[in-house]
Amino acid sequence: MLQQIEGSRAVASAVALCRPNVVCAYPISPQTHIIEAIGAMVKAGELDAEFVNVDSEMAAMSVLIGASAVGARAYTATASQGLLYMMEAVYNVAGLGLPAVMTLANRALGAPINIWNDHSDAMSVRDAGWVQLFAETNQEAIDLHILAFSLAEELSVPVMVCVDGFILTHAIERVDVPEQTQVDRLLAPFEPRHVLDPHDPVSIGAMVGPDAFTEVRYLASIRLSRALDVLPPLAQRHSDELARSVPSLVSPYRLDDADVVVVAMGSVLGTIKDVIDEMRDDGHAIGALGVSCFRPFPKDQIRDALAGASRVVVVEKAFSLGYGGILATDIALVLSGRGIPIHTVIAGLGGRPVWAASLRTCFNEAVDATLSETTFLDLDEEVVAREVDRMAATRRSGPSAENVLRDLAERSRT
Amino acid sequence: MSAERVPVRFYQVGSFAVGNRLVSADRRNAQSDPQRANSLTSGHRACAGCGEALGARYALDAATRVTNGQLVAVNATGCLEVFSTPYPETSWQLPWLHSLFANSPSVATGVAAGLRSLGKSEVRVVAQGGDGGTADIGMGALSGMFERNDDVLYICYDNEAYMNTGVQRSSATPGAARTATTDVVGEHPGNVFGTGKFVPAIAMAHEIPYVATASVADLFDLETKVERAMSMHGARYLHILVPCPLGWGSASSDTIRLSRLAEETGLFPVFEAENGELTGSRTIRHRVPVEEYLRLQRRFSHLFTREGEVKDVATVARIQAIADRNIRRYRLSEEVS
Amino acid sequence: MSDDRPFAITLPVGSSLANKTGNWRVERPVYVERQPPCTTVCPASEDVQRWLFHAEEGDYESAWRVIMEKNPLPAVMGRACFHPCEGSCNRAQLDEAVGINAVERFLGDRALEAGWTVPVSASDSGRKILIIGSGPAGLSAAYFLRLDGHDVTIYESAALPGGMMRYGIPAYRLPRDVVDAEIARLVEMGVTIETEHSVEDAAIAMADGGFDAVFVAVGAQKGRHYDIPSGDASRVMDAVSMLRDFEAGDEPVLGRRVVVYGGGDTAMDAARSATRLGAREAIVVYRRTRDRMPAHDEEIADAMAEGVQMRWLTTIRSAQSDRVMVERMTLDDSGAAVGTGEFDELEADSLVLALGQDTDLGLLENVEGVERVDGTIVVDEHQRTGRRGFFAGGDAANIGANDRTLTGAIGQGRAAARAITAFLAGREPERDPELDPAGFDRVNPWYYSDADRTMRPRLEAARRRNTFAEVVSGLTVDDALFEARRCLSCGNCFECDNCFGVCPDNAVIKLGAGAGYQFNYDYCKGCGICVAECPCGAIDLVPEHR
Repeated sequence: MLQQIEGSRAVASAVALCRPNVVCAYPISPQTHIIEAIGAMVKAGELDAEFVNVDSEMAAMSVLIGASAVGARAYTATASQGLLYMMEAVYNVAGLGLPAVMTLANRALGAPINIWNDHSDAMSVRDAGWVQLFAETNQEAIDLHILAFSLAEELSVPVMVCVDGFILTHAIERVDVPEQTQVDRLLAPFEPRHVLDPHDPVSIGAMVGPDAFTEVRYLASIRLSRALDVLPPLAQRHSDELARSVPSLVSPYRLDDADVVVVAMGSVLGTIKDVIDEMRDDGHAIGALGVSCFRPFPKDQIRDALAGASRVVVVEKAFSLGYGGILATDIALVLSGRGIPIHTVIAGLGGRPVWAASLRTCFNEAVDATLSETTFLDLDEEVVAREVDRMAATRRSGPSAENVLRDLAERSRT
Repeated sequence: MSAERVPVRFYQVGSFAVGNRLVSADRRNAQSDPQRANSLTSGHRACAGCGEALGARYALDAATRVTNGQLVAVNATGCLEVFSTPYPETSWQLPWLHSLFANSPSVATGVAAGLRSLGKSEVRVVAQGGDGGTADIGMGALSGMFERNDDVLYICYDNEAYMNTGVQRSSATPGAARTATTDVVGEHPGNVFGTGKFVPAIAMAHEIPYVATASVADLFDLETKVERAMSMHGARYLHILVPCPLGWGSASSDTIRLSRLAEETGLFPVFEAENGELTGSRTIRHRVPVEEYLRLQRRFSHLFTREGEVKDVATVARIQAIADRNIRRYRLSEEVS
Repeated sequence: MSDDRPFAITLPVGSSLANKTGNWRVERPVYVERQPPCTTVCPASEDVQRWLFHAEEGDYESAWRVIMEKNPLPAVMGRACFHPCEGSCNRAQLDEAVGINAVERFLGDRALEAGWTVPVSASDSGRKILIIGSGPAGLSAAYFLRLDGHDVTIYESAALPGGMMRYGIPAYRLPRDVVDAEIARLVEMGVTIETEHSVEDAAIAMADGGFDAVFVAVGAQKGRHYDIPSGDASRVMDAVSMLRDFEAGDEPVLGRRVVVYGGGDTAMDAARSATRLGAREAIVVYRRTRDRMPAHDEEIADAMAEGVQMRWLTTIRSAQSDRVMVERMTLDDSGAAVGTGEFDELEADSLVLALGQDTDLGLLENVEGVERVDGTIVVDEHQRTGRRGFFAGGDAANIGANDRTLTGAIGQGRAAARAITAFLAGREPERDPELDPAGFDRVNPWYYSDADRTMRPRLEAARRRNTFAEVVSGLTVDDALFEARRCLSCGNCFECDNCFGVCPDNAVIKLGAGAGYQFNYDYCKGCGICVAECPCGAIDLVPEHR
């Protein structure tokens, strides 16, 4: 059914259609509207689930672990600091091989505290053993949540659906919310891989020493990687049922004959595609590749999709301090031996708007082969230079963030 | 004359011993039953004389009996978890889940919520952890579970320090006790007085349906409290004192004796409370001075001479004052109640 | 589904049984059986603890049958035994000793009411045994010899059987119907008792009757006399004669004021009997202090409660028809009583001497090989005299002053029976097995319920004075059960399940009611909690040898 609704509301509706047994709520911007909407549905009796207002994100993920361990379908949502606060349990649920679905309303990590969007939070848990899916639009956010439950329960692994904070969660758009009958057809009742059952008792969560830990991790990796085989046909099934394309591993855009290919994840792909359309109109052979599934990393699909590219630009909303692009590093490894230039464009940190014009400038430079290896999009070089000088001049130069803000304020006055 | 008399109610060992052949089987402790659950079975790697291994089996067997085996246990990280489930062997015989150190109350909440949502409310949930997992790192999660009144019985096995990591101080470590992080050096050797917390009192402040303390020295009391707890729904808390021969520096054979002395000195008050109000206390049977309890433990040996005479009179007096206060506060003596 | 469970993370329950933690052990617990003090001190070697065990469960018949393994007269002993068992009872260190004697009496009475008997299951041995004297030693020997299948005949010189049980102990302490009933049970078992059958010569009696062995248990029936200057009209008699005459129907003429000389139980019996025979005043005169009186405390206390007066540190110098002259004594440095030279007069219509008893050994006068010393027969630990086939016991034998009690006689009767059976079989008699003692230090007193001893309800002292009705009444069923359950079971398992329950490693196997427990050394780590928490000290920790 087509609806003009906020992204958070759309995600809440999709989750409700999946008939979760247990939903945990601990508020953090920009996830709040999702859990508020689900809470309201439970309170109103529209959704038959246990809605638990927990005391922290650590508790939220822990409740999910407990619920999942008795065979209940469990869901929560978080963002940013909340994800870090539950970090121990994020690793734990994956290590225990329990399925759970979590929305990550992507947001920057502090300090400085910042509630706006980037992908730092998602990148911080890329090694935790979760499937990480990225939504480009709110329609994808809906469809990926339904897909996430299917995948999680099929593989008995946790799945995180990354939805850009504010940009998607708070955007009101027209979306097609599936019918309950459609979702019921896509999502069979949860058959747990291992479960706490007094009729067939087991001990879950043993301590494993050096004698078997390597094997445990190896097997966990194999299981996670199976998503690469399982997801495409599963997504196809969902696409068939919903009569639209549900993202799978990667999303190619105008890649035919593309010389330069831009790789990115999440909502920024919308702007990128607009720029590519403009540049195609101008006769440039440029295309884009959206990575919908970041973990497990679809190396083969990316290698195939980039087979014709002679230059790759990775636009990403996070970076590894002291190193550089994270997605770019993964892409570089996939393309190693090809000998083609790979550029990193760090964009949209902490909610900085990613302007089409700025991207166009970068992409033009890429076409012209003048783009730097790493670019911080729209970086205020003047402010940075002044702070760098100040740090060089005096040891106690004060917190950089405050200094930069002061400089910016002064400049706007003058 | 005898015909009108009330029948004899004296049973030699009464309820003090584990079993009593003189009473009917249904009135005996769960532990006396050859068919008892042995929730924690043989082959575990707890130290010889481990109070926690004993307390866990006592509590979970009683809970198993009263729930007819419809029981799931959640375990915090700690000695109990490590000694019971090193791959490839587990000593548990009931459904059991270990997740993390700090989160067992929350995991138990999830188990209860999951069971309820699946229509399996007859399966009951017990969460368990040590004093570190309860009083320190798990405090927030525990408080949350209490405050939401989730249908979980949380059991703390209190051995008064972080034994699993090598006997470091926890907020349940008593004053003057030696641990690896409160060494017996300096002007005030051992753990600092005036610090720490008593979780049962914190639990009572949440006004949850049931809070009780127990020890491995009084099995009848312990089992009765587990049964009482399992007869209720909502958040319940049971705090069991479990001596640790390794951490306390006591003889492995003294585990139950020390529990008994902790009770009989008043240092460990045994009581129960409902909805935040004290409803019952175990009266001290033969009151003894605290030095009889302290003397048996190497963690307090700096308070005594080599011959066992009290050396640090002032510190022992402070500990005695704590016992005296407990006796007043928790009405542990007929004289003060 | 199960084969899909995550490797190493999810484990099948109970799998730690593969880990045999018993190899950690440096010491191992073992169950032991120890000898409780009540048995150690019992002159009849009764397995007190074992019969209390049955009584605790209310299984009185089984309890009684255990008594009957050592003592054929529980109803008598439950009244007349001075119960050293209670004096040694470890429970006294906790609150008060267990009232063993009262429970024994309860069981003995219960057996008489119910008519329980002990079947003779041994086949007829074809051997004939003569027992001379039907006192406790003789009856005890007769009983055990019958159980061994022998033909047993008792010759008794008096008109009725029972010896001192009938002619020495006053009826208010030991009712005669009880004595009769317990003797009748022996007769039913096939023991022949010929009363008014005096034996002039034991050897001739043995030969004439064709007996294979003889057991001489004639007791000490002669009151010891002490030469006291006395006037012609004075009434001086010995206590044993007085009590015997009274029992035989010749009520002694004592008058209204009676002085009894002596400090033993017989003196108390005489004084208390005198009050019942109408004396308004009964005074016991004893040379030394109260704490040196050989009489049992309970008897002294009962006598005083009944109005008997005591004159300690006093000796009698002379007796007249209406008074006795006494001298005050004092104890010298060595504790001996010496005269002070201070004299006193006590009004007295009669003087009863209770200064000890002697045995009439005329029947052995012409029997060779039976050695006698100080008027008693010399026997070894198996009651054997120097003559083959001749055995002796009870007060007539010199087994030692401590054993000159009713209960000692019971024990000697049993020992003699065992020795006789062994003699007839041509082998040495066995001894009772000796176990290490179960002292109070082995007891963990915590586990026992707090309980004072049930005092036997006593007749009001005032009501006792003029009656020979039994002073101490029996326990009710409830009280008997209560009293039995006060037993600590020192040194021997009573199946409290503590070891089974307190083991942190589930390394104790409960074998079921009556079968006890066994250790599972596959898992026992040797922590010793079971040893420390065994209430009765029935577990030892011993070094592990590998």
